[in-house]
Amino acid sequence: MSFRAPGFPRAGLGILVGIGLAYGIVSAVRALYGWDPVVDGDAVLQVALIAAPFGFLIGLGAFDYWFRWASGAPTVPEDHSGHGAKSWKDYFRVNTDHKVIGIQYTVTSFFFLAVGGMFAMLVRAELAQPGMQFVDPNTFNGLFSVHASVLIFLFIIPVFAGLANYVLPLMIGAPDMAFPRLNALSFWLLPVAGVMMLASFLAPGGSFATGWTAYAPLSTEAPIGQVFFTIGVQFAGASSIATALNFLVTIITMRAPGMSFFRMPLLVWANFSTSLLVVIATPFIAASQFFVLLDRALGFNFFDAAKGGDVLMYQHVFWFYSHPAVYIMMLPGFGIISEIIAVKARKPIFGYRMMAFSLLAIVVLGFTVWAHHMFVSGMQEWIRVPMMITTAVIAVPTGIKIFSWLATLWRGVLHLDTPMLFALGFLTMFTLGGISGVMLAMIPFDIHVSDTYFIVAHIHYVLFGGSLFTIFAGVYYWFPKMTGRMYDERLGKVHFWTTFIAFNCTFAPMHLIGIEGMPRRVADYAEQFAGWNLFISIASFVVGLSTLIFVYNIVTSWRAGVRAPANPWRALTLEWQVSSPPPIFNFDTIPTVVGGPYEYGVPGAVHGVFKGAEVKTTATPAGAAPAGD
Amino acid sequence: MRRHPTALMIAAGVLAAAIGIVLALLIDWFPTVAATQTERVSTLYDVLMIASVPIFVLVMTVVITAVIRFRMRPGQENEDGPPIHGNTRLEVVWTVLPALLILGLCVYSYIVLEDIEKAPAASQELHVGVHGEQFAWTFTYPEEITGGKELTTTELVLPVDRSVRFNIRTADVIHDFWVPDFAMKIDAVPGITTHYRVTPNRLGTYPVVCAELCGLGHSVMRSRVRVVEQAEFERWLQEQSQPAVEEDAGPAEQAAAGKEIFASQGCGGCHTLADAGSGGQIGPNLDEVLKGVDEAEIREDIVDPDAQIAAGYGPGIMPSTYGQTLSDSELNALVAYLKEATQ
Repeated sequence: MSFRAPGFPRAGLGILVGIGLAYGIVSAVRALYGWDPVVDGDAVLQVALIAAPFGFLIGLGAFDYWFRWASGAPTVPEDHSGHGAKSWKDYFRVNTDHKVIGIQYTVTSFFFLAVGGMFAMLVRAELAQPGMQFVDPNTFNGLFSVHASVLIFLFIIPVFAGLANYVLPLMIGAPDMAFPRLNALSFWLLPVAGVMMLASFLAPGGSFATGWTAYAPLSTEAPIGQVFFTIGVQFAGASSIATALNFLVTIITMRAPGMSFFRMPLLVWANFSTSLLVVIATPFIAASQFFVLLDRALGFNFFDAAKGGDVLMYQHVFWFYSHPAVYIMMLPGFGIISEIIAVKARKPIFGYRMMAFSLLAIVVLGFTVWAHHMFVSGMQEWIRVPMMITTAVIAVPTGIKIFSWLATLWRGVLHLDTPMLFALGFLTMFTLGGISGVMLAMIPFDIHVSDTYFIVAHIHYVLFGGSLFTIFAGVYYWFPKMTGRMYDERLGKVHFWTTFIAFNCTFAPMHLIGIEGMPRRVADYAEQFAGWNLFISIASFVVGLSTLIFVYNIVTSWRAGVRAPANPWRALTLEWQVSSPPPIFNFDTIPTVVGGPYEYGVPGAVHGVFKGAEVKTTATPAGAAPAGD
Repeated sequence: MRRHPTALMIAAGVLAAAIGIVLALLIDWFPTVAATQTERVSTLYDVLMIASVPIFVLVMTVVITAVIRFRMRPGQENEDGPPIHGNTRLEVVWTVLPALLILGLCVYSYIVLEDIEKAPAASQELHVGVHGEQFAWTFTYPEEITGGKELTTTELVLPVDRSVRFNIRTADVIHDFWVPDFAMKIDAVPGITTHYRVTPNRLGTYPVVCAELCGLGHSVMRSRVRVVEQAEFERWLQEQSQPAVEEDAGPAEQAAAGKEIFASQGCGGCHTLADAGSGGQIGPNLDEVLKGVDEAEIREDIVDPDAQIAAGYGPGIMPSTYGQTLSDSELNALVAYLKEATQ
């Protein structure tokens, strides 16, 4: 065990140094101001929550190269020994290989899915009957707050970044991401944020319990557990911004020769659009949480109405990020679905250019709708109608996508395996979530159902029936590429059907009890809702159990599944033209792109050719002659 | 039909959409329609369902048909579909038609919004102050209505068929004043007064709910609204100016009146008290903390709850307004009851 070399021992030391620094700085400043007591536990904790993660990251070695370079010391030349993973231990260090980082991201995110899902089970257990049975109200508020925060910031957003991290450089014919060291740092910020949010349960006064929205002034007056959210979000946000920049630069500068923007697979388009959203929007949630932190720690009174603060400003800044965030959690899924539907229907994507433009339209419109979350907030009344119109109009580009996928299915040769089932499940369930979204845009209806279970139903149709189904589809689809093994098709189908049915039983009735008058975020409810809540709770446990099928399938297939060929789906995109898993530097020769990514049914069409080497890795239909245009 | 699979699909889709719309209209979605606003909103909801169901059915029908007709058959493992890249006319249609539908719904919603927020002639309207505080609602009736001094109460009583404008304020964090049966709500926001109006049109008692997460006791921050005839409303206003308990009532009468106050004020939502049969867990268990405590101290605990806080509870959890909302005689009765019930 060495405390000098980068690794976990030094990271542990880094945490201790961070905590020590926090003690030192806080006590010194308080002593200088003459405040009593000099050592204040809450104050030290807030500084330590910022300092200790940096200690951890520095100790782990995430900054080593940059520190050497900045201080003029000789940098360690990149000998690529850090690329690839030879044993499981290689996944527990700072690794700059995008494929290793992709798996680190994906596995970590699924860990947080398990934790967040477990919190949902506890919430549903408490809600199975009216009255309080298992937890006290404070714990209950904490459970649903951490459930949402963990699943948004540590599952959906990063798992898409993880899948794209793995496949996106392969898809555009690049050897790696543009900034591999930044990529590694982005990943390691995530466990920091996640552990911090979960650790809030150990804080005096309990975990943060103000919802993932953390509205002021409830959050500025809450016990110290709130700060674990306030600061945790900064680390998750920094990770997401760094990754988005990385994707943008990679996509703009590292495409293989011949890959024009309109020859990019739609997954690449989707991540390009998402990254634009992340880079522009994420600083706003960082700001909103810094306001809360400054209010709490230093008495800035941004949100204390009695001292000139403005409570509504919090909501405007928060939703200016958090509405685009819904698209950050959806657009990458659109990309995954486009890949799968084209390959599994054996047809080109219908209206490829409109698919790409509609993504950009959603990016632009996505910034003009935030106040539809605030129709009952007491904000200026005139804002409502313009926001209703933009919100409704954003359904048009989304509708274009749905209809184009339907047209792609039409007259295809549909391979109804697990990824395709999840893709079709997404198509139908996301349509429902989209429809309830348009209904919510209508102000008079929204006034009635704001903050009710109708909202809970809507967001779960979008994020579970929408995002999570695309994530399952993507994981099954690229599982052979990422692990070199095939998953068990039969178990995959069982997983789909149990999840699909139990999901609908869980969330469909919530529309009804919401309109009937059950508010959300309540630990206890009126007797009249008891029947439906019991039904919902039982169905939600089935959802939880169905996930175990997925875990079992993935774990056993990864360990001992059938070896995967390079291209089991007969796909044209570049990631399938190399071995499974791909070579350490992705391509022995850089491919040249000669046509569109989805030319299924065009005789002899290929997307890319490997000049120099014979095209021996492909299994493209109708031979591998470089034809097509 | 066998030779026209697409015609069959369209017929099945139209039928399914018709059934779906009928079902959606048959389901009793809304709570009691107890205000003109609820009528308008539930009609809007019906229109939204009529517009939405066919879209969902369309997507489902195409997916199911594609799965049945175009699934891979044995022997097709290496076949591809026809390379159709798009169809501009079709793409224009599915951009323009949904846009028109959506804009139509927006126009209709705008009309409904104007309608439910329209102010009646000023003299017709009743103004009621709504005051949210962790975790209770109080209501104030101004002098113009009471004819005497301003009335503050924890009971909301409204005359039927008369527009009422709520002026909503909060003492601490954001709350949200919602009567599901009136279909209207708005946040109570620190620093500003928010408003909405309803015209109750059905006699009855309906729940008042806090819809915005406001802390520990959010789920018990409930109350009731009683919609009564105008004559009964005036009688109720009269009664409120009378003391709840006669000054010279005996201790037994005092305690009996206090027990009623304990129930009507919703004390049991937060506090456990065996005598009242309540099991709230937000605040301290009164059977334990009030044991052996004298009357002056019980009184202080009610009117100034942060003066002495039971171990394990934070400040600011209990409303500090009971000193204003309860009359002296009511307070005396409540104290007498708590003293008796916890000994």
